[in-house]
Amino acid sequence: MNARDRILARVRLALDRASETAQSESAATVRDRLRNRPRGPLPAMNWDLVPRFRERCFSLSSTVDEIARLDQVPHAVARYLAGNALPSACVCWPELAPLEWTAAGLQVEARPATGDDATGISGVFCAIAETGTLMLLSGAENYATTSLLPDTHIAVVPATRIVRSMEDAWDLLRSERGALPRQVTFVSGPSRTGDIEMTLVLGIHGPYRVHVIVVGG
Amino acid sequence: MQVTSQQFKRKAAEALANPKLRKALSNLRARMVIGRAQSVLELDNLEQIREAAKSARDFALAHLDHLLEQFERNACARGAQVHWAETGDDVNRLVLEIARRNAVRKIIKSKSMLGEETGLNHYLEAAGIEVRETDLGEYIIQEARETPSHIIAPAIHRTADEIADLFQQKHKLPRKTDIGEMTREARMVLRPHFLTADMGITGANFLVAESGTSMIVTNEGNGRMTTTLPRVHVAIAGIEKVLPTLEDVAFILRLLTRSATGQSISNYLTFTTGPKQAGDKDGPDEFHIILVDAGRTRVLASDLRAALRCIRCGACMNHCPVYQSVGGHAYGWVYPGPIGAVLTPAYVGLENALDLPNAATMCNQCGVVCPVKIPLPDLMRKLREQQVERGLRPWSERLALRFWAWVALRPEAYAWIARLLAAVGRWAGGSMRLMHKLPGGASWSRYRDMPAPPGKTFRELYRRRK
Repeated sequence: MNARDRILARVRLALDRASETAQSESAATVRDRLRNRPRGPLPAMNWDLVPRFRERCFSLSSTVDEIARLDQVPHAVARYLAGNALPSACVCWPELAPLEWTAAGLQVEARPATGDDATGISGVFCAIAETGTLMLLSGAENYATTSLLPDTHIAVVPATRIVRSMEDAWDLLRSERGALPRQVTFVSGPSRTGDIEMTLVLGIHGPYRVHVIVVGG
Repeated sequence: MQVTSQQFKRKAAEALANPKLRKALSNLRARMVIGRAQSVLELDNLEQIREAAKSARDFALAHLDHLLEQFERNACARGAQVHWAETGDDVNRLVLEIARRNAVRKIIKSKSMLGEETGLNHYLEAAGIEVRETDLGEYIIQEARETPSHIIAPAIHRTADEIADLFQQKHKLPRKTDIGEMTREARMVLRPHFLTADMGITGANFLVAESGTSMIVTNEGNGRMTTTLPRVHVAIAGIEKVLPTLEDVAFILRLLTRSATGQSISNYLTFTTGPKQAGDKDGPDEFHIILVDAGRTRVLASDLRAALRCIRCGACMNHCPVYQSVGGHAYGWVYPGPIGAVLTPAYVGLENALDLPNAATMCNQCGVVCPVKIPLPDLMRKLREQQVERGLRPWSERLALRFWAWVALRPEAYAWIARLLAAVGRWAGGSMRLMHKLPGGASWSRYRDMPAPPGKTFRELYRRRK
């Protein structure tokens, strides 16, 4: 017997499941649970998606802008960067590369971020209104570094992609993608720590600033 | 980690006499306790969610074998390599083997309490590998060569002033006193390590059976870096961390982050399934998951099983009057506070942690706030009973209890002794203030003298009324 078999044997002994019947009943119970995936109890959610999402973003120290159309994104980004005295060079996900960045006075490259890039612009898979959270999937054209290494992370969130809860986000992922990508990351505001005297500081290893641009709310 | 729980009384006394520690711990009540209380108000059905979380964790434990097999199957199907470790030493050996096979020179680590259990950092460093803790609190205690004193806020025992001295000495930069500036300095010092490490090690908050996913909850972003940038990622997880589905993780997270830090959600929730896939620009080439027993199956078989429900939020210690007073180091192992008073004896042996189950007032604050309703005072009481049954209590206590039993069975002797004690108490208490000078009286009344008893025993009053 190897370590695996010995551990599992000890588990079965501890659970007093010596008989074949008890074993197969447990296996069937587990199969049912994984197939049916019952939801846990949800708290009351008596709010509208976009206003709630905006309010929760603010509470996480994210900032929010709302624009009508996707082609207005470059100007919204330029406005935000200028307003915060941030440099105009950015990196972005390839899906955002076709936008008219140069016309807005920005230098935007579609490539993964390095430690030297100041601003990363990403899309999202969806966003969660309950908590003001962005849901990002890894993938060939969804670089994790975009939302991680730069000091500023700007996320473009179509209003139609705002869902109620994490439970709804999992449903959406299963219906659109089937399996999970290598990594699913939920981002809720700028990186933070309270490890020195429990004093909250924004921007420890990840971005100092998270700016959310909601499109078509 | 070395176990020093048998020195609890001495270390607790030292802690109580340490004004810096008391200042550092004073933040706990203000931030963590109030933070939790405010954030759980957002959940109108808190008790319903706690009850469901308890049953989801109980389900996981009741079907642990099949859930682990499902987890393993699904993780392997996605290219993860799953290993099993029976002991802490096995964990260390497996991690070193993986590191050696991949010619790893530098490792970045995201916080793992299991890694503290096994003494992983020391083991890897002794083998000549550089290990960098990257969680700010863990980084501070690694640089100070200390152990964590809290499972969520490992450096809670240090004041900003002490950390400023430490950073000045280690970073060789001008001393900073502003906490924001100190944090930025740590960011600057650690960033190059993230970009040059060969391997990342994380723990796991949960393992998801349905998808073979391991997930971590962090605020700083170091967990994302550790799981994304190095070419090898190793996740170590106790076998009890498994949950059936992503739905279970979703609803339990509402409790975890609120109970831990009073946040409605933590900054980063990272769900990892397998290594880098074809076409991915980032992610490790190899992803290893080590499933660890190290005492879990023994607890599963015992009457302490409920302790394995624990989701490591730290609320029990935040709310514990003993922890609030003495901090985490007095407990002498990885897990302090009420959960530590149960897990330490369970994992390292009751005879090596005799004082811990007794270091409690039985006020049940911990039981009231526990998100998965672990009956912590009940479990501590069970451990107290075991100490008596196994003859592990000191002879003086055993003798005193035997005497008490003898007296309690003899009503006349009981009445006589009660009258005697009342008379002595009446003489020594009150304005005489001598209670603490009586034999055995000091430990109860050194700091606050006991009031004098009214003079008549209950039996005397009862007889007179009749």
